[in-house]
Amino acid sequence: MKYSYKVPCTKEKLRDIRSFVKEVLDKHGISEVDVSTLVLAIDEVCANVIIHGHSCNPKDSIELEIKIDKSQNLEFDIIDTVDLFDIATYQEPKIEDVIKQQKKGGIGLILVKRIMDDIEIIRLPKKNICRLTKKIELT
Amino acid sequence: MVDVKRIQEGNYDLLTVVGDVDASSSIELDNAIEEAIESGGKKFLIDCSNLDYISSAGLGVFMSYIEEFRKRDITMIIYGLNEKVANVFEILGLDQLLVIKQTKEEAKAALG
Repeated sequence: MKYSYKVPCTKEKLRDIRSFVKEVLDKHGISEVDVSTLVLAIDEVCANVIIHGHSCNPKDSIELEIKIDKSQNLEFDIIDTVDLFDIATYQEPKIEDVIKQQKKGGIGLILVKRIMDDIEIIRLPKKNICRLTKKIELT
Repeated sequence: MVDVKRIQEGNYDLLTVVGDVDASSSIELDNAIEEAIESGGKKFLIDCSNLDYISSAGLGVFMSYIEEFRKRDITMIIYGLNEKVANVFEILGLDQLLVIKQTKEEAKAALG
């Protein structure tokens, strides 16, 4: 199954993105806790792209594609025309250092890395894709 | 969307967080904590029983005060996290770095 969603690049749209992801995952009998962490990971990547990639410009948009196969292999593509930050090679800061520096940001991508199985940046001629994958154990 | 109410109860300030704290709304939580500090309070209880969702932006707000609270001898205790929200704190290990209790009674007892 494949689902897609396109929204303007505003922070206020994050709530709609979360609702979309939850709605899709709920259809596939994924546990509530798994749904909530996956929704969080997608929210984090989209927030990052909207804020840092597009400076919250409502004239720009990002696209989200979700693919789910029969074995509950989940694939989330965040598709954009700007160059995406390479989360795959991102070095996690230590939580203790973030606290000492009293920074309010910089931990979202740690969450994404801990939640997802794999993160890949695919650069194509006209678009870039941030592909997040996760295998859900069938219950 | 998030609403943060602040009520003074006895020797502490109670901040009640209602709704979703994400990248668009975390500033509200930040402002509320900042105002509570500016008003001179030294003891804060954060009621999260109606906090439906938190992303890193919200966690970042709580984390950013840990050091300041330590230096200024301010105590903050969070309580009432639902299972999904508690899980987010745990993924980052914040349940070990912040004081989190299940109920208001436990939180008040820990506040001293």
